[in-house]
Amino acid sequence: MTHAWVQFAAEKENPLVPPWPELVIGLIAFVIVFGFLAKKLLPNINKVLEERREAIEGGIEKAEAAQTEAQSVLEQYKAQLAEARHEAARLRQEAQEQGATLIAEMRAEGQRQREEIVAAGHAQIEADRKAAASTLRQDVGKLATDLAGKLVGESLEDHARQSRVIDRFLDELEEKAEAAR
Amino acid sequence: MSADPTQTLAFDSSCHLFSGCGFETVAPGLHSFLFEPIWGNTHGFYFNKPMLLALLGSIIIVGFFWAAFGKPKVVPGKLQMVAEAGYDFVRRGVVYETIGKKEGEKYVPLVVSLFFFVWMMNLWSVIPVAQFPVTAIIAYPIVLAAIVYILWVSLTFKRHGFVGAFKNFTGYDKSLGPVLPLAMTIELFSNLLVRPFTHAVRLFANMFAGHTLLVLFTVASWYMLNGIGIAYSGVSFAMTIVMTAFELFIQAVQAYVFVLLTCSYIQGALAEHH
Repeated sequence: MTHAWVQFAAEKENPLVPPWPELVIGLIAFVIVFGFLAKKLLPNINKVLEERREAIEGGIEKAEAAQTEAQSVLEQYKAQLAEARHEAARLRQEAQEQGATLIAEMRAEGQRQREEIVAAGHAQIEADRKAAASTLRQDVGKLATDLAGKLVGESLEDHARQSRVIDRFLDELEEKAEAAR
Repeated sequence: MSADPTQTLAFDSSCHLFSGCGFETVAPGLHSFLFEPIWGNTHGFYFNKPMLLALLGSIIIVGFFWAAFGKPKVVPGKLQMVAEAGYDFVRRGVVYETIGKKEGEKYVPLVVSLFFFVWMMNLWSVIPVAQFPVTAIIAYPIVLAAIVYILWVSLTFKRHGFVGAFKNFTGYDKSLGPVLPLAMTIELFSNLLVRPFTHAVRLFANMFAGHTLLVLFTVASWYMLNGIGIAYSGVSFAMTIVMTAFELFIQAVQAYVFVLLTCSYIQGALAEHH
């Protein structure tokens, strides 16, 4: 312990008065810390923190984009499904309508054919009736003249035919029958 | 109370209770905060233990952050994660909270440096072999408080002009009426003189008292280690451990308070005066 030190310590009664070498060293010590942190190390870490923030936000953005895409695909799919259902319903409806039309047409055709057949039947019957009537008329005329010839004793056939008596007679008969009806 | 450097630490002596030796010969005092220079002499420039600790502390802080932030990764390692937590605590918890993100960003490096510097200097108090808080020497808090003071005053002038700064310092408020001159005088005195003083002394006194307590209990444990005194010695030793834990807490709190006040001063300089 030097004499000078003992004297210095004895003089230094106030702990609130700083000796200048300590101020200088204190300043240097702080400037070292501040210099390194402010000029190099904190900008370093700030850059990395910013990168990290961007990386995280980028990831979130990607996830959001994927979700949006998935959503749109789902909507598309749903729309397609709905369209397909609609189409199926439409086809079914159409088939039903077609079926109904077909049945109606066939029914109409059947009706028409039936009517044709019936009409043809009627025409045939009418033609037969007319033929029969005509044949009958000739036969009746012949029989009547034959009979009359036998009664009179001579053949009236040619004369009767020429005079058309029989025809007239038969016409009168028919007229009478008509009037009586 | 003057510092008597001829007093010795209790560990070096055979001074014990009941051995006819008074506690005042070993009790801690102002001399516990004086260190004989390692190099140089007290008339010119010298170099002593607190200075060594201060420079060593700076190197440790820079080394720690260099290891953590020298080549930072987007996906951080363990060390980087720890350092980021500390950095983020000061940046968000102190600067953004008081000054705001937009205005405060510029002062983040200063406040972060101040916080870790003060904390490291305080931490020396409980680190074996060093066992002395550098901030218990008034010169170191004065340097830090002076940096903040100069920044604060120059910011106030820059932001508000001469008249605006004067109004800011004096808390000018017309509604005070006749007491305005008195209020202005008190405010001026309080802001320009008392504020930097308390800013430095708050840190200094806390560390000074903490170190005194630690030395007191440590020395007393040794001093009472004689006869029946061993029982008291045990209590004193337990107190040493308790106080060490308490000091660890106080060291962090004082570093936090120091930067919180720094931010509040800067915020006051940037704010529109009312």
